[in-house]
Formats: sequence, C-alpha cells, structure tokens
Amino acid sequence: MANEFDIYKGHTGIPGNRMKAKIRKIATFVEETCTEMGRPVQPPTRRAAAVAVIENPCAGKYVEDLTELMDIGEELGELLTQRAVTALGILANTVESYGKAAAVGENGELEHAAAILHPKLGTPVRRVLGKGAALIPSSKKRGGLGVVLDIPVGHKDAAFVRSHFDGMEVRLNDAPRANEIMVAIAVTDSGRPLPRVGGLAKDQIKGEDGLH
Amino acid sequence: MPEVRVRKRLTTVEEIFHEGGPIASTPLRRAAALAVIQNPYAGRYVPDIVGFMDDLRPLGMEMASALISALGGNAQVIEGYGKGAIVGSAGELEHGALWHVPGGYGMRELLGGAKAIVASTKKVGGPGTRLDVPVTHINASYVRSHFDAMEVGVTDAPCSDEIVLALVMTTGPRVHARVGGLKASEIKGEDGLR
Repeated sequence: MANEFDIYKGHTGIPGNRMKAKIRKIATFVEETCTEMGRPVQPPTRRAAAVAVIENPCAGKYVEDLTELMDIGEELGELLTQRAVTALGILANTVESYGKAAAVGENGELEHAAAILHPKLGTPVRRVLGKGAALIPSSKKRGGLGVVLDIPVGHKDAAFVRSHFDGMEVRLNDAPRANEIMVAIAVTDSGRPLPRVGGLAKDQIKGEDGLH
Repeated sequence: MPEVRVRKRLTTVEEIFHEGGPIASTPLRRAAALAVIQNPYAGRYVPDIVGFMDDLRPLGMEMASALISALGGNAQVIEGYGKGAIVGSAGELEHGALWHVPGGYGMRELLGGAKAIVASTKKVGGPGTRLDVPVTHINASYVRSHFDAMEVGVTDAPCSDEIVLALVMTTGPRVHARVGGLKASEIKGEDGLR
C-alpha cells in the first residue's frame, strides 16, 4: 500500500507531484450479490468501480490538440485499476471482466472523454491486470452533477463470453461540475449472478484474438 | 424470529482532496456500507416487530466493521457517523425504524463508546431511490464542522419486499469547513451534544 499512498500524494498537487491529473476526489464502489430471485449465488458475484473526479484542462474553449487529456488517461488507467482491484480485495490477475466510462461536465466536449478513454488508458489497465486481450468496453456522455454512468463490462480476455456481459452503474451527487470530468473503471471477479443464456463460456476461452 | 436474508452488499468510499479551495493535507474520507435485506413484514400489517431489531444486531456489527476496514482499519480515525434505511413499497416507514438500535449499536460498539446520537433518516422508495444520510460528530452532535451527509442508493434496490440498510462513517470535517460553531477541539464529551 505504500506505493499507492505515493501515487495518491502525488496527484493532489502536493510537492513531489508526478501526475498531470488534478483530482478533486476519488470514490470506490464494491458490490456483492448474495442471492437472486431467492436463489443463493455461490460464491457471491463481486464487482468494483473506482471513479476519479478531475479538472478538465480543456473546459470552456476549443482545444485542437488533446494530448494532455490522453496523458491523463494513461495516469488514471493505472491509478483507478489499482484502486478498484484493491477495493475488491483480490489479486489483480484474477480479475475476470472490465469496463471503463467517462462523463464530461457541461463546459467540456464528448471528445474530451474520448481522449481520456481511448488512446492511452488501456495499456496501464492491462499492465496492472497482467492480461486483457479483449477490447475494454466503454461508454461516455456529457452531463451535470449526479449524472449516471453505466459502465459496460465484458470479459477481459474474450469479448464473446456471454456470462460476463454486464454493466455497473455509478454516480456521485456532486460531480461532474461544469469544468470537471468523471473517469471510471470497473473490474469484477465473476460474471452475472446465475448466468444461463448460453454462448461462449469462460472455460472455453482460446484467448488468442481477444474475442473467443 | 425471522432470519436476516441479505441479497446484496455495497460499500462506497469517497476520498476528497479539495472542493475548489486549498488541497487538504489529510484528505477527507467518507464511506457507506449498504445491505439489501428481505423485509420479513412486507405486504401485511404485523403489530409486533421489535424482535427483528435483535436479529439485525450481527448485521449492524458486520457493516460497522466493514466501514472501519474500508477507511483503513483504524477506528481511531473515525470522527463522524450516520445511518439510514430505504423501505421497499410493500413495507412501512416503521420497518425502517427497526434499524435505529442495531445500526447505532454496531457503530458505537466498534468506535469505543461514541457519545453522540447517531444522525439518521429513512424513507419508503423504489429501486434506485437515493437517500441523503446525515452525518454528525461521533462524540458531540453540535460540532459544526462535522455536519455532513452522504448520498447513497442501490440501482436495483429496494424491491417492494426489501429494505436497504445504510451506515456511514467519515474521517473528519467537511473539506473546507469554515462556518464557525463548536469545534472538535472544544468538545467536553459529557452529554453527547457539546
């Protein structure tokens, strides 16, 4: 945890700061489902999300070059994946599925969310988890305080694993403010509770193309 | 006595570095533990419900313990607390009141005999209902810097025959507290108020 503490000191702007992201708050959510329709879910399905609320450096103006946001995405990919895995309390290499999402405050563009999520965020996510052949499912939107983010979730090594198609809702009543962006990463230790709609199962994963 | 049947648990932790002002040297942390349980009295009027409070005690302890863990494992850092309940549509507000004793008991027990009344709120609502859980200082209700609240809720709960139970703990004052009043350093600690 000492390592994580360094990161968390750093990104707040305290001397020694290594991060570009200016983070106002970080929230983690852990959900555990024990029964569904009266049937026990054994073991319970568990999933976690970590959300950072950051200042949008491009708010209020048109910025052609979004490199700064892409770099912030890279930082948050590592930080939020570590936070979510820690909150879930499992080894990073036992994570089964993942997803990401962002919500841009009213003074920003949807493209700002894209700059954070798509170019650079995935590499550190996969580095923390040790693997991740599949595309990281994503969603994005622009919205006001309390906007709901539905983070799409899929199996990290084979996108077609049907039992792991899922979504996790997160929100914070005080974010995003107009000049902020909320960035979220979700991880799970399992698929849906009581999955039974067929399709590719996790024990059939080939793991070559990220799809099957 | 009805058994306590938990469908789902949810833990949320917020770590607040600033809110537009100076960056806190020690960030404020707030955490909420929620449990979605079956309402044993849903759908009918049951006159005698007090026994369920005892049944809920272990869950209160478990959730209070989970909160302390989520905030780093040291009960000494906890300075504020609150509790709440959301009762599904086939239940009564009175069923939410069953949480007062076991929820408060669990937190006080683990926080070493906190003196202040545990701030609380409750409502009847459908799945996704949000609840603003009030928070006050654990030893003196009048400490103004620690008046706070945390919004909680569960997307798919409570179903009509369920209750969402909530406990909240915080590690300090609002991040930029500056409206005066009784300070935490001035607590006498006799009556739980000042």
